[in-house]
Amino acid sequence: MTWEAVIGIEVHAQLRTARKLFCADEVIFGDAPNTHVCPVCLGLPGALPATNPEAVRLAVRSALSLGCTVHPESVWARKNYFYPDLPKGYQITQFDRPIATDGTVVFDTDDGEKSVRIRRVHMEEDAGKSLHDRIPGSTAVDLNRAGTPLVEIVTEPDLHSPEDTRAFLSALKQTLEYVEVSDCNMEEGSLRADANISLRPAGSSGLGVKTEIKNVNSFSGIQRALEIEIERQRHVLDGGGTIQQQTLLWDDHKGKVRPMRSKEESHDYRYFPDPDLPPLRVAPEAIREAEKALPELPRARRYRLQNELGLAPYDAGVLTQSRVTADYFEDVSAQVGDAKVAANWMMGPVQALMNDRGYDAITLPVRPAQLADLIGLVLDGTVSEGGAKKVLAAIAEEGGEPRAVVQAMGLLQVRDEGQLFSWVDATLESHPTEADRYRGGEKKILGFLMGQVMKRSKGQADPRRVNELLVDRLDR
Amino acid sequence: MSASQIAECVRDGETPLGPARSALVAISEAESGPEALNAFVSLNPESALTGASSGLLAGVPVAIKDNLATTDLPTTCGSKILDGHVFPFEATVVRRLREAGGVIVGKTNLDEFAMGSSTENSAFGPTLNPHDRDRVPGGSSGGSAAAVAAGYTPIALGSDTGGSVRQPASFCGVVGIKPTYGRVSRYGLVAFASSLDQVGTFGRTVRDASLALEVISGHDPRDSTSVQREVPDFSGAGERGVAGLRIGVPDEYLPAALDPGVRRLINEALERLVDRGAVVSRVSLPHTNYAIPTYYVLAPAEASSNLARYDGARFGVRGEGRDIGDMYRATRDAFGKEVKRRIMLGTYVLSAGYYDEYYGTAQRARGLIAQDFEAVFKDVDVLFTPTAPTPAFNLGENTDDPVAMYLSDVFTVTANLAGIPGMSVPIGELGGLPVGGQFLAPWWEEQTMIAAAGALEASFAEEST
Repeated sequence: MTWEAVIGIEVHAQLRTARKLFCADEVIFGDAPNTHVCPVCLGLPGALPATNPEAVRLAVRSALSLGCTVHPESVWARKNYFYPDLPKGYQITQFDRPIATDGTVVFDTDDGEKSVRIRRVHMEEDAGKSLHDRIPGSTAVDLNRAGTPLVEIVTEPDLHSPEDTRAFLSALKQTLEYVEVSDCNMEEGSLRADANISLRPAGSSGLGVKTEIKNVNSFSGIQRALEIEIERQRHVLDGGGTIQQQTLLWDDHKGKVRPMRSKEESHDYRYFPDPDLPPLRVAPEAIREAEKALPELPRARRYRLQNELGLAPYDAGVLTQSRVTADYFEDVSAQVGDAKVAANWMMGPVQALMNDRGYDAITLPVRPAQLADLIGLVLDGTVSEGGAKKVLAAIAEEGGEPRAVVQAMGLLQVRDEGQLFSWVDATLESHPTEADRYRGGEKKILGFLMGQVMKRSKGQADPRRVNELLVDRLDR
Repeated sequence: MSASQIAECVRDGETPLGPARSALVAISEAESGPEALNAFVSLNPESALTGASSGLLAGVPVAIKDNLATTDLPTTCGSKILDGHVFPFEATVVRRLREAGGVIVGKTNLDEFAMGSSTENSAFGPTLNPHDRDRVPGGSSGGSAAAVAAGYTPIALGSDTGGSVRQPASFCGVVGIKPTYGRVSRYGLVAFASSLDQVGTFGRTVRDASLALEVISGHDPRDSTSVQREVPDFSGAGERGVAGLRIGVPDEYLPAALDPGVRRLINEALERLVDRGAVVSRVSLPHTNYAIPTYYVLAPAEASSNLARYDGARFGVRGEGRDIGDMYRATRDAFGKEVKRRIMLGTYVLSAGYYDEYYGTAQRARGLIAQDFEAVFKDVDVLFTPTAPTPAFNLGENTDDPVAMYLSDVFTVTANLAGIPGMSVPIGELGGLPVGGQFLAPWWEEQTMIAAAGALEASFAEEST
């Protein structure tokens, strides 16, 4: 039988706040264990949560960027379970009334545009970290992460292949980065994704029994885990077996999934509204303002660069990969007045420089105005393209205004007609044979003559003008 | 001396720590003698006393229920699981008392985690009723009520989740106030049932209890359920009088089976109020019968979650075990019987498949009980009821019958479920045991019930002079 995979995703994204969701501790990754804790996030008796409005603002922004409806009133709930890294014995989350529902993410695949419906976005606090390898024979607990604000984004089961799932996740990550709500760093755990997967006979519309894959820490890992799990399910179903609903843990090293022990998943979370927190209210006006304040999202921007600035789809894709790169590019492009030239510079020399030195569009020492000036100097013939690349590297290294650096580096192109004619005439005099061959129809000898003029000028002649003058003299 | 008199003397130049030192000496002496009440779990040494010569409570000795966080003395909640545990932060109400010049002399005994109505469920032994040492002081704030009744301190703080301030006030013959939910910060109050818990005050007089309430009231950004509202002049409200005040007496609070003595005292009190110009009418709160079952679903549900943090991982007593499950079990075995019972109850009513039937139904009933009050307060300004069905019962009388124990809260839990303020004020004695009457007021109208209680108190005072 032919099977169709049905995949749904749950993403946890850490919100980029300075402080935790319910207390004033700083959110910092990688500090010494238990140095950013207080009575609230330690869950000490008598301590109470107070919601960080910045986290709510970012959650609203996240939800809006995914096309969700944000609800003016949502409810905090307690999810009860015992675990050493869960200080209160419950997690404050949202259950039956999340902050936002009903969104859509559209993304591009090799087979064209696809879309995934977002069922819900809810806010919650993160747990701490259990460290099983710090103290032999014991589990150590670091609560620096406890209370960090997260949004959980849950999709409808609208995905049908591991490749699409990966493309969707990339699009989701890109969107969250664009609206600056999350760093989306999977290594630091600021973005985590779990997948639900089931198979059904192709063409049918029911849903099969699903398994949930957890503990995946890269998009490629998700794709691999799904490929392996789909194969496993297909094998079971083809053999006439049935799938057991269970949670599977992905082991990245072995490239395998293993079932979670039933003890680990047999939780009854006993959700109920958290009596320490009134319903979360977001003024409809604040929602409208947040909507207005949303930046242009990646797909829209890419299409605008294609349609309005005339960039090739590939170029537009690369340049809108991150918001800072796109901002940088558009700034340069507007000043240069030629998007294609600006795009070539961005994707060529600038990209090379960034790769080489580990810069991004924010840390790159060459600011958009400097790059635009430099490109302007190339366009008006003040400096050659090769010269300008050297100038770009020099500015990145030591700073300076492009024109001054061009001058200081002796890269100004000579455009004085008298000087250029004298080089051209001298060259033609010393190469009469080649000049005759050109006049006899061997047009490609022009390149050789050009080279001779440039050599005579020690590379300082403006090659475009030299070309014109040479042709002018030869055709006379 | 009353709290307001002490504060006045201290503001006039008397040494700020004088009254508290005398109180400590008297408490130490009495509590180590044959008449000991076991009202305190811990006392501040004299050297640790701090107070101020200014403020509404300048130099006033105060006793604090041992479920309110203090940074000098341990906060045990009457439980072995927190034995000796000193908190790294102070409850907002304790800070406010100190900032008003109050001097914390010690922490008072209570039913473990405030779960009980007799102060017998304490890991540190029961507290005795100062009027009769064979009887309970009520609970769960029995230590605070006994301390004020015995004259140890003029005022004390308690907490009231289902009557834990008002019922012991009634049993001990003092004034006890539970304010509107959200009036006082719960930050630093160790949670029993968060949606019902509210810090309350005890005093020998209406004025003292109201003064203490005035000091601890007000919004606290650390407690999201505390409300931003101006704090009225509570301490002066007791002198307003009751002329024209409409007092409702709900039928459901005077059932046929009510102790005839209590009924008589209630009627006499109403006559006194009528004499002073109040207008009394009979009213009905039809959903009152649902209050006890509703309370004993919701309070344990919240408690089962609130008490999950006592896992031995980060603070307090840790039980030893081979693995994490063993450690949890060994640690949590330190909870007393009543606490375990309520955790079991609460876990059950929240569990999958039972949530709607129990928790959901109880939430709806809670709404109906609140609507009863909303409706009745359109017609009357304040309600008057018995605080408890009986005077103080004997030690051990109800310890084997949890339901009988739960029923001693039958007249008080409704205020917690609805969130309205309530207070108990002495209305006489039966066989040498004090009896309290309860005033219930609309949300944020504490002054109205304080005025009524003040008038009643004044009529008794007139009589005795």
